[in-house]
Amino acid sequence: MNQISSTENLLPWAPELTGEPIPPRPRVAPGPAAFLLLPLRLAWRQLRAEKSRLLAAMAGVMFACVLVFMQLGFRGALFDSATNMLGAMRADLFLMHPMTDASFRPEPLPRARAFQTLADPDVAVAVPIYLAQATWRNPETGRRRAVQLIGLDAEAGAVGFTGLAPLVEALKQPDTVAFDVRSRPEFGPIGQLFAERGPFQVQVGHREMRLVGLVEIGPSFGADGNVVLSETNFRRVFERRVSNTDLVALKLHEGADPRAVQARLRELLPGDVMVMTHAELVAHERAYWENGTPIGFIFVFGSLMGLVVGMVIVYQILFSDIASHISEYATLKAMGYSNGYLSRVVMSEAFILAIIGFIPGLLLSAWLYNWVGAATFLPLAMYPERAVTVFLMIFTMCAVAGLLAMRKLRDANPADMF
Amino acid sequence: MNPVELSGITFAYGEGALRREVLREVDLSISPGEIVLLTGPSGSGKTTLLTLIGALRAMQLGKARVLGQELAGASESDRVRLRGRIGFIFQNHNLLGFLTARQNVAMSLELHGGMSEAERLTRAGEMLAAVGLADHAEKPPSRLSGGQRQRVAVARALAGEPGLILADEPTAALDKVSGQEVVRLLRDLAKTRGVPILLVTHDPRILDIADRIVAMEDGRIVQPAKAA
Repeated sequence: MNQISSTENLLPWAPELTGEPIPPRPRVAPGPAAFLLLPLRLAWRQLRAEKSRLLAAMAGVMFACVLVFMQLGFRGALFDSATNMLGAMRADLFLMHPMTDASFRPEPLPRARAFQTLADPDVAVAVPIYLAQATWRNPETGRRRAVQLIGLDAEAGAVGFTGLAPLVEALKQPDTVAFDVRSRPEFGPIGQLFAERGPFQVQVGHREMRLVGLVEIGPSFGADGNVVLSETNFRRVFERRVSNTDLVALKLHEGADPRAVQARLRELLPGDVMVMTHAELVAHERAYWENGTPIGFIFVFGSLMGLVVGMVIVYQILFSDIASHISEYATLKAMGYSNGYLSRVVMSEAFILAIIGFIPGLLLSAWLYNWVGAATFLPLAMYPERAVTVFLMIFTMCAVAGLLAMRKLRDANPADMF
Repeated sequence: MNPVELSGITFAYGEGALRREVLREVDLSISPGEIVLLTGPSGSGKTTLLTLIGALRAMQLGKARVLGQELAGASESDRVRLRGRIGFIFQNHNLLGFLTARQNVAMSLELHGGMSEAERLTRAGEMLAAVGLADHAEKPPSRLSGGQRQRVAVARALAGEPGLILADEPTAALDKVSGQEVVRLLRDLAKTRGVPILLVTHDPRILDIADRIVAMEDGRIVQPAKAA
């Protein structure tokens, strides 16, 4: 090291004293860590220096983040809740009319198909399930609202609704129903009333029935609430042809291969039924909401809008940051910093913004999920995969903003510095 | 070999009818450790010459060898690498406002590997001490006076052990006393290290630091004269 301040400590023939030129130290290229870490540090120091700008950028990213989380959350909740009821089915194969788009609006299929399947040696039980919407009178206000009726033989064990098992005997009685306690509150405080009074009279459709218990299924976009009742009681509410049913659940013998049985049943049965596994049934229902309605698109569109707005904000912030430091950037270029180095600084800024905007955005969204979930009864939950997806989206958003802002670096021309 | 060897440099801005030659057939060489002052009226082409030597602009005609690098036809990355070996001092200090004086000086060391962060900061501190700012190392530029800022810029230009220093009106924004202080400091530090300086100036108060004064007019060197 050659420093002026300590010349008195040098030997008499030191180059500092003789005026002889000091050979420059050998130049070494910076290491790979410096390649990314030094621009990152410079980016952070630059962002940190302008608190209000940093806060604005953070708020912008956070805004985009919350918007995307909410849109994806609603979208996921829609699809999750749409399959609440079908997802709780506990059977190996299902028969459904090929023209049934979604379970809230089923196309009837001949009930005889259920019994035809018993011809296959591997089919143990065939359970017809009846689906229809009727009205439910709120016992407190007297207002009526559409509710999903699920009529089936509860004893057959084809569905796994929580709380159904102890009600099997009670539901065999004439004019009895079980109510989904997770239904929307507009149906009345049924759970609370049941806890206070025990079984009480309710009106389903135009019929007086007796509420004998509570189950848990959950509302969906197609149905605000659910009522479970026996096959016979279902027909008491609805005058309809006894030869028709809406969905058939098949339970197979232990050790049977559902795929093989499915293939055999397709051979056996005429074209008025589809034979589906449980996964296919759920996917079919989901596909209706995803593709058959604009709802899926609306949420994707909403997410994209959030990302575009966030990108514009981040771009604006980065752009003005570069613009206000243009002479410093030009100086760095004159000092031998490459365009690539400065580009890495800008990209680092973008990534820092992505991270410091994402974290509060994630926390706020998690809180909103709880709050909105409680208010709408939609299953909104912060799944780790969703958090990763949104982070990647926000990251990409900031990267694009950074790439756009980087073009401004070209204006930093060191030749203009003189 | 001389750090700077120019021959037949011709440079023009614009094209066709708008073409305006600012440098015509300029020859100039600077020997090791020499301090050369470039003077002349504005528009005489001295700043353009400085930017060409500093590899900040692409060459048009002529040969220029700076610190062993031929600039005619040099690629952008060659020029960027050469700039890392030249110390620049601008009319405005152009320090990074969000860094302390010490960090600003250390910026010119970050381009060179083989030095740890602690070494860079120590080295930057020593350079600041050499320009008399040991007590101001941790201040941001906004809390330094104009003369102090320009001294930080001098420290920054010298910290990377450049083979050549190019300065453009380093005293223009300073009062007489601090201007002279900065220039003397620059001269003393450069002389100790044997670094040649090419300094563009209008300022008659600092002509006495030069080994040689080169005057330019209308894109030509008119009077290469030894300083008194």
